[in-house]
Amino acid sequence: MSGILVITEQSGGAWHRVSQEALGAGLELGRALGVAVRACVYGSGASVAAAELAAYPVEQVIALESPLLEAYTADGAALALEWLVREEQPEVVVMPHTYQVRDYASRLATRLGRALLADATGFRVEDGAAVFQRQLFQGKLTGDFVFETPGPNFVSVQAGSFRAPEAGAAAAAVETRTPELDAARIRQTPEAPFREADRAVDLTAAERIVAVGRGIREEGNLALAQELAEALGAELGASRPICDNGWLPMERQVGSSGQTVAPKLYVAVGISGAIQHLVGMKGSGCIVAINKDADAPIFEAADYGIAGDLFDVVPALTEALKKARG
Amino acid sequence: MKILVALKQVPARDSLLRIGAGGCWLDEADLSYEINEPDAYALEAALRLKEQQGGEVVVLTAGPERVSSSIREALAKGADRAIHIEAEGLEGWDALGLGRLLAAAAAAEKPDLVLTGLQSDDAGSGQTGVALAELLDLPHATIVMAVEAAEGGVRVKRELEGGWFQHVSMPLPAVLTIQSGINKLRYATLMGIKRAKTKEVKRVTAAELGVAAAPGLRLKRLYQPQRVKQTQFLAGTPAEQAAALVEKLRFEARVL
Ligand SMILES: Cc1cc2nc3c(=O)[nH]c(=O)nc-3n(C[C@H](O)[C@H](O)[C@H](O)COP(=O)(O)OP(=O)(O)OC[C@H]3O[C@@H](n4cnc5c(N)ncnc54)[C@H](O)[C@@H]3O)c2cc1C
Repeated sequence: MSGILVITEQSGGAWHRVSQEALGAGLELGRALGVAVRACVYGSGASVAAAELAAYPVEQVIALESPLLEAYTADGAALALEWLVREEQPEVVVMPHTYQVRDYASRLATRLGRALLADATGFRVEDGAAVFQRQLFQGKLTGDFVFETPGPNFVSVQAGSFRAPEAGAAAAAVETRTPELDAARIRQTPEAPFREADRAVDLTAAERIVAVGRGIREEGNLALAQELAEALGAELGASRPICDNGWLPMERQVGSSGQTVAPKLYVAVGISGAIQHLVGMKGSGCIVAINKDADAPIFEAADYGIAGDLFDVVPALTEALKKARG
Repeated sequence: MKILVALKQVPARDSLLRIGAGGCWLDEADLSYEINEPDAYALEAALRLKEQQGGEVVVLTAGPERVSSSIREALAKGADRAIHIEAEGLEGWDALGLGRLLAAAAAAEKPDLVLTGLQSDDAGSGQTGVALAELLDLPHATIVMAVEAAEGGVRVKRELEGGWFQHVSMPLPAVLTIQSGINKLRYATLMGIKRAKTKEVKRVTAAELGVAAAPGLRLKRLYQPQRVKQTQFLAGTPAEQAAALVEKLRFEARVL
């Protein structure tokens, strides 16, 4: 049992962007623990992606191919990767914390009698062992976690937590492997992915966005945010619960399951700053957060913060903007 | 259709979270608790399926005495009966251990469908439902937005990233982890609350289920995250804060 195995994610040869960050995490961990790092890629397009992976400073690249992996299924991925982990015997398996990993990784870890350390944001090495950080309570607290079990241990890393490594000249050996899979053990039948109806607004093109969260309390209070948006010449966006409630259409949802936006100005009103929201807006030029909880995680992403009651602050801000415009 | 809903009780949203003595979990003294939000949606989905298809909804919860309030709430909303796995200190268990605990109780029930929330609002690792599926050797789907009965099984709508969705079918029995917000939660009626008192709550301990704590993943320390970013907080009355922010946005950030 040795080394680190990074399982990357791609589809049809196109990378999931957190894959490179997982690779970065694996390489950092490899350096810190003084062990070799291998990378693996599975599914349709694996061989194309494997050739690209070979340009990173890894010891070996494994392309896992099988007709049964063409369309993703949780059973298929768990079976194929279980086979690989048993063959390769890595000490630590590193994955990106994507929706797909959320779907199969715990199945894979459980099959090997392990618990997955999900959504890690960092690590340090203490007495030769890695201590991982992950968020609890939707980012309000952080925990230090250690594995008590011998390898293989499994960790998935949060988007934006590790730096993607630089690719160099292709040097790593690429090996194609074909796991023995029993079609009868793949019980899910997937259909083609789809999007809901066309969008009337394109938030990604907005220069300024005022986004509202659950702090707004009632649908009737949305007018407050609407007036602020008008005073700023901004589009209205929202966190997920607002769209789930049907107070604003889904196309205005910002975050991992909604839009990824990067306006010049993003004003978050009554939004706590859960990671699924942050990934959709942290690339914004200037971020303002208004929240009554001075410890809300959203402030960690904000350039300017107002710790206060939005029902006082938002009308005052609308007023001040109108005055400034003259 | 017999539907088992695995529910977790978690600290109420917007609770003031203070680290407890020992630094490994919260100071629970002044906390109030509620049903984990995604689990409440799993219960709602189960109740709706039962209304369409008939059958039984059984609630499964592990935790200390305080979780009885969440069990009562679920029964008042319409669940038929409950299983309470009595256990203390579960915050020290990892998702695999919790999965084993729940699986031991769930297996005896032979449910057609097991529903649970896609993650908990406290630990938030999103693993328990999937581990449970593997331990019961059942197919599963995660981040489920809608469930419909299909030929010999279920067809679910899964959420993918960035506004994409996918339908997936699988045979029953199966385990589904339900996304928050997919339907409208019902309130318990007065009649429901009255009836809940007469419904069966079976109590069982981890020892009786033959499951012991054996964490493979240990939480060593819990703490407030360190601030890395220099956020400029604006002070004063709301009017002063607003005026200061407009100044900053115009002349410092130049975004107006
Ligand atoms: C798979 C998955 C995908 C997801 N995708 C997304 C996504 O795309 N987008 C998204 O946003 N979320 C998404 N979520 C949900 C996410 O985890 C959070 O639950 C959600 O972002 C919380 O929304 P919120 O901040 O509005 O609400 P809350 O977390 O409830 O926060 C409300 C905030 O308002 C503040 N507040 C309350 N009253 C006031 C007041 N009077 N004045 C000022 N502040 C006040 C509170 O202090 C709190 O910080 C996803 C979750 C999962 C599991």
